[in-house]
Amino acid sequence: MISLSAYLSVGAVLFGISLAGIMLNRKNLILILMCIELMLLAVNTNFIAFSHYLKNNTGEIFVFFILAVAAAETAIGLAILMVLFRRGKTIKVEKLNTLKG
Amino acid sequence: MYIEQLVFIVSSAALIGCALMMVIAKNTVHSALFLVMCFVASAVLWILLEAEFLALILIFVYVGAVMTLFLFVIMLLNLDIISREKGMFVRFLPIGIVLILGMLAMMVYVISPEHFGHLVPVHESADYSNIKELGMVLYTQYVYPLEAAAALLLVAIIAAVGLTFRGKAHRKAQNINEQLLVKKEDRLTILKMPSEGKEE
Repeated sequence: MISLSAYLSVGAVLFGISLAGIMLNRKNLILILMCIELMLLAVNTNFIAFSHYLKNNTGEIFVFFILAVAAAETAIGLAILMVLFRRGKTIKVEKLNTLKG
Repeated sequence: MYIEQLVFIVSSAALIGCALMMVIAKNTVHSALFLVMCFVASAVLWILLEAEFLALILIFVYVGAVMTLFLFVIMLLNLDIISREKGMFVRFLPIGIVLILGMLAMMVYVISPEHFGHLVPVHESADYSNIKELGMVLYTQYVYPLEAAAALLLVAIIAAVGLTFRGKAHRKAQNINEQLLVKKEDRLTILKMPSEGKEE
């Protein structure tokens, strides 16, 4: 029998890896968007694990809505990224400092 | 029972390994493909948790649509020059590692078996349908959130199109109004020329 803690540990490790990817990444903005996707995946795994072990499918409904919102977020994020690249010819994180003042 | 644990260990190891590779890969296309592998491994975990509908949605929507969009954008942006540069884990490595390890330690303490060990999974009978159960509550109890999600997706479509729309300058569409309003005199001129006589 696989315990609930095993699933939650997988989710926590996944969340930690994606947080490391966001914090340490100096390369480009696409990788940050992908790390956010991974973070949402970790959270969704936790929701589904709890929903299975507590015999309550509200968690699965919640995951359904998270997936819809994440898809919308990705579409708009990538559109903003395209506009950014067209204006500034770069999507490197450290070059995007126009708001520094 | 034994094979279930084997599948869990293999797929969660693949999930964590692919997530690590995604973060440290140099090429952005490689990171995107590792993220696809993460989604597939995670779908296996979700099927183990008897959430078949969401696992299939994950494959269809994420691997089929969202990651295709990512790869499309990566290839559209011509990132060769950017991804070849090094110096990724530079300034924030020490404090980042400390923060992440602290957070992981906190999480591992919170989710330890002494807090959640008493919960045992209940396997559903063979004629249980996950899709039916989800649909029963999704279209009754959660129908307003469902419609809000549909409106949100519509807004996302409009926003994405509106952001990336380049305007009329590069289009070669025909303007039917202008075509219909044109007169004969605008296009056609009759020149009067003296005829040249035949050389005899």
